[in-house]
This record gives sequence, structure tokens and C-alpha cells, in this order.
Amino acid sequence: MEYFQAMNFDRIREKLNILADAAKYDVSCASSGSDRVNKGKGVGNASKMGICHSYTADGRCVSLLKILLTNHCIFDCAYCVTRKSNDVPRAAFKVQEVVDLTINFYRRNYIEGLFLSSGIFKSPDHTMERLVAVAKKLREEENFNGYIHLKSIPGASDELMYEAGLYADRLSVNIEVPTISGLKLLAPDKKHEDFTKPMEKVKNEIVRYTSERKIIKSTPKYAPAGQSTQIIVGASGESDKDIMYSATHYYKTFNMKRVYYSGYVPVTHDSRLPAIGSQVPMLRENRLYQTDWLLRFYGFSIGEILNNQHPNLDMDVDPKLSWALRNLHHFPVDVNTADKRLLARIPGIGMRSVDKIIKARKFRKLNWDHLKKIGVALNRAQYFMVCDSRHWERRDLDADKIKGMILQHSSGKFRNQYSTQLSLFN
Amino acid sequence: MNASTTLVYDGSFNGFLTAVFVAFDEKINVADIQKNDQSQSGLFSETETVFTHVEKAKRVWNGVRNKSHNAISNVYFAFLSEAEGVEMMLYTYIQKLMRTKNGKYLDYSDSTVLYIDQLAKKVGREKHRMEAFVRFQLTKDEIYFANIEPDFDVLPLISKHFRDRYADQKWLIYDVKRKYGIYYDLNHVEMVSLNLKDIHHNKTIKSDAFTTEEYEYQTLWNNYFKSINIASRINPKLHTQHVPKRYWKYLSEKKEAV
Repeated sequence: MEYFQAMNFDRIREKLNILADAAKYDVSCASSGSDRVNKGKGVGNASKMGICHSYTADGRCVSLLKILLTNHCIFDCAYCVTRKSNDVPRAAFKVQEVVDLTINFYRRNYIEGLFLSSGIFKSPDHTMERLVAVAKKLREEENFNGYIHLKSIPGASDELMYEAGLYADRLSVNIEVPTISGLKLLAPDKKHEDFTKPMEKVKNEIVRYTSERKIIKSTPKYAPAGQSTQIIVGASGESDKDIMYSATHYYKTFNMKRVYYSGYVPVTHDSRLPAIGSQVPMLRENRLYQTDWLLRFYGFSIGEILNNQHPNLDMDVDPKLSWALRNLHHFPVDVNTADKRLLARIPGIGMRSVDKIIKARKFRKLNWDHLKKIGVALNRAQYFMVCDSRHWERRDLDADKIKGMILQHSSGKFRNQYSTQLSLFN
Repeated sequence: MNASTTLVYDGSFNGFLTAVFVAFDEKINVADIQKNDQSQSGLFSETETVFTHVEKAKRVWNGVRNKSHNAISNVYFAFLSEAEGVEMMLYTYIQKLMRTKNGKYLDYSDSTVLYIDQLAKKVGREKHRMEAFVRFQLTKDEIYFANIEPDFDVLPLISKHFRDRYADQKWLIYDVKRKYGIYYDLNHVEMVSLNLKDIHHNKTIKSDAFTTEEYEYQTLWNNYFKSINIASRINPKLHTQHVPKRYWKYLSEKKEAV
């Protein structure tokens, strides 16, 4: 069960340090969405809800062994730490080394599986072939049923993308730059089609396999956890509207399971990009994720949140509150009678609370005390709703007034970052 | 009106369900339900000891389950929280379930229902955490061994997860706080109690119980954990929110931090 020669551990450690460090800017670490079972008493299965085995010091989930096969690369994308012209130590894993690391980490319950990406060496197909070889070996030789996430290498052939989906749970291509003009500027070696072609192929195969499974139940799995992509935020001067319209496009066109937003961490000196040492736009990243959630789970459409009048999200309040303040004519909503869609639009009420409210109100009319115990954030919700109580906000408050009162009676984790703006409302 | 009675049971889940059965069956006016090692007699109540009876327990289990699968799992999870006074809350919960129309377990405006639901959620969270935070170490006799110290008694809840996942390796997970473990011998999982000389958490001294490769892999994992950190995004508050400090001593990636 132990594969490495004792003397090899030092070299493996060096490689692991280099190739894990180079892979860390890819924020996806999800292990959810697949329900692969442990067949034939092998090792591993996939947990439908995913498991985070640890968290980095910056609070990101550590679920998968996330490494590059190699950080040698023929491309020179400005935003990438692995770019050809960057002076960094380079390394490459052998296929068997990645397999052994994955299995041994997995057996100790460190990880849910493997997330393998790579710099592009020789050619896209040559690289993709090696990634597929790792996944195939894990599945067929080690009887490994844990989670595998493979990167689709831009420009890889349809045949290889097809094979990848047979072994992987998830496939992803990071578009990184949301606009075509930005891509030309920052990644001149790559064409937009290089990204979309593998996405298209994987999407079509997923659709085909899903429909075949409806007829023949034993149809093998093809990328059961779907596809994802990542957009870098704050590297090429794009607006929140550019980013979210682009994300919406990828969700719709390629049935993406997830779009990730990654605040740009300056890694190289380049006049086209923010300088090293610039602050990572974490608050903006947070607001984009909130918007993503509103679109996917709360029934909002993109045009309601971002449009030509409002091309950027408010930094001082969350996007739902911001929308509510612009649309006071929808409020107040009566939580004891409103339908699910409307409840979900009240600031301070999340989908879990919506669910609880709908179930609980069948037994009795809900008052402030019930709502508080259920977990509604009343500091925000109170201005937008009425319930079974004689007390509610009767004053005719305008949006600025409400916003000011909410900010005064709450504390936000990013508050110190916009304290100068806040003073306007106090 | 009957005089109130305190029911004393053996501390097991079946024992508790038997107590509930007895209370219903004999129409007892229950003052409290207590474990036998912590029972205190009340000033104005009598004490009756309940002997665990699997058939009686099963009838309560089935009765609640017929109302709702969610409700019975809430009862089991909440019981494993070992929260003070949980037996009485559960007794009230079961009473309410049996007396009212179906779907009572969804009445989140009822304080008992909400309390049990939230308690069960807490135990569920701890279960999920343990599925994440167990760190196996390979012993020289080829058993993957882990110590845990969970807030709640979650070993019975995580057994299936580990059996399904690690079907081809022997493993043993030992609860240091409650002094019992679960052991998988490639065929079955069984409960074991051990006479542990020392608790194997993050010590810099290597134990000769484990293989040398074991420590090499711990070092690799530890290194990996350091390499994936992005310094310019550091956020210790968020980090400890996800990985509370009380778990650190059993996480090999946290070796230096302990």
C-alpha cells in the first residue's frame, strides 16, 4: 500500500510545494454534486453534498488535492503565475506520483478526491491526454470511486474531452477574462473558441448521457457533477454588469453548475494589470457571489439587479437590500399571506427562513417573536414586511433613510473597508 | 390527578424510548426522565426505574416514524446531543406529535418543535464535521486509526459513512471523551472499548505504533496545507469559524499551531 521509496519523499515534497502553490488561484474546490458509489469494495465514494476536510488560513474550503500536473507552460497569459515569461521554479509530476499521492491522502481522510489542472506543455492535446491518464489509472487500476475534477485544457480535442468525462466527476475551463476584448489584451495566445469548444462538447455529452440513462438505467456516468468555470474579478477593468451578464451567459449556454468569481491577486509585474501589493477585491467578490445566489435560488433576473442605470453593485449593502431600496413600491409584504417568490425578496429573509415560514404559518399566524426565533434578520426585514402584530414600521421612510438606519444598527464584516462612504449616511 | 413520577433509565436510546412507552402506557404524569448515573430525586415526585425493553422501544420508534421519517431522525439526533434536560423536551415533542395532526414536526412557531429541530441540526453539523475532520494514521498492524473528541455522541451516526467509503481498509475511530470506538474489520463495524495508553493527537514525538511512511504522508499533507495559503487574503476569523480551535489538536495540518 505504500508506493514511494523512502528516499523519494523529499523530492515529492518539493514538487508538491511548487505545484500546489501554482494551483491555488483556482478557487473551485467543490466536491459536491456527484453520488458515485463505492463499487466492488474499492476505495472511496462521492458525497452528494460534498465535504470540506479543512480550510485555508483565508477561509477557503480544502476538499480536494488541488495540484497542477506541471507548471511548465507554452502560453503567456498576463494574469497567470505560471505564464511562460514568469521566473518561477518549475516542476512536473509523473502520472503514477499523482495517483499515489491521491490514494494515500484519501485513505487518511484528508481529501474527497483530486482536482488536477496543468500548465500547457507541448500542445493542448498532449496535456489533456496526461490528465485523462491520471483519472483513468485511478478509476481502473486503483478502483478509486472518490471525486475527480479535471481541467479541460483550452483547445483540447473532442475525443479527449469525451474520454475525460467518462472518468471525471466534474470538468471545468476557466474563462478568467469575462470580455473578448480583455482576453485579447491579457491572453493573446488563446482564442475565445478555445475555451468554448470543450465546454460545448462536454455539455452535449452530458445531455446525451442523461437522456440515454432515462431509457437504459445502466448507462455509465458522464461528468455527473457537471461543468464549472471561473472569472477573475478586477484584472481588466470590467464592470459588475459585464461579469454577471457573462456569467449568466455561461450558466444558460453551457448548463454550468457553478461560475466562480476570483478577486485578482496580483502575481506578476505587468503594466496591463493591477500592481503587486494592490488590495484583493474581496468585498466585490462577495457581492458578486451574493448576486449569483439571487439569480440561481431567489428567482431574480439579472436585469433587475444590474442594468445600464446600475452597472455596478453597491458596496455598502447587499444586492437584495439594494434592489429593495430601489423598489419600495413592492413593500411592505405580509409574511402570513405572501407567496414564496415574494417572501424570498424581503431583505433579511433567506431561503431557509422562507421555507420555515411557509411551513409554520399553516399552524398559526406568525409574529415578530416567531420570526426572530426562526432566524430572520429583523434589523433589515422589519422595514419591508408586516406580520401578526400591531407594531410595524408606519413611518413613510424613503430609501436613504432606511439604508441609514439599517447601517447604523448593524455591523458588516467588510465595514472598515468603506467607512468613508458610511459617514455620508450617519 | 396522578402524583408526578421521575423515570430513571439506563442512558441508552432504547432505554429512553422504553421510558416514553411506559409513560404513555401507564398514563404516568412525568416529572422528569433521567439517566441512572445522574438521577436526582425530586422533592414532590416518586422515582421509578425503567428497564430497557427493545420491543417497547421499537413501538415508540415505529409510532413516531409513522408520523414522519424526519421526526424520528430529529428525535435520535437530538437525543445524541446529550443536552441537559433533552429527555423531557423529547418527551414533550413526542407527545405533541402523537396528539396533533400530521406535519406537527414542521410547526416552527412551536418552541418545542423549533428547539428539537435546532438541536438535531447541531448534532447533524457535528456529524458532518467528524466526517471531515477524522485524520487516520496507519499503524504498523495496518489499521487506519483516528482519535476524535466530538461535542456530541456522533459515532453511531458516522459509522455508515466510513464503512461505505473505506470498504477495503481496516479502520478504527475512537472517541476519547466517551471512551469507546468503532472498528471495521473489512466485514463489519463493531463497537470497541480500548485501554489506550496515550491519545494520538498532534505530538512532535513520533509514536512507534505507526509506520515511518505515515509520518512522511503527514509531512506532505502539512506542506500541502501551507502551500495553498494565499497570504494577501488571510482571514483568521473566518478560518476559526470553519475550523474551531477545539478540533485543532487532532488535525495533522495544524501540527505547528497547537
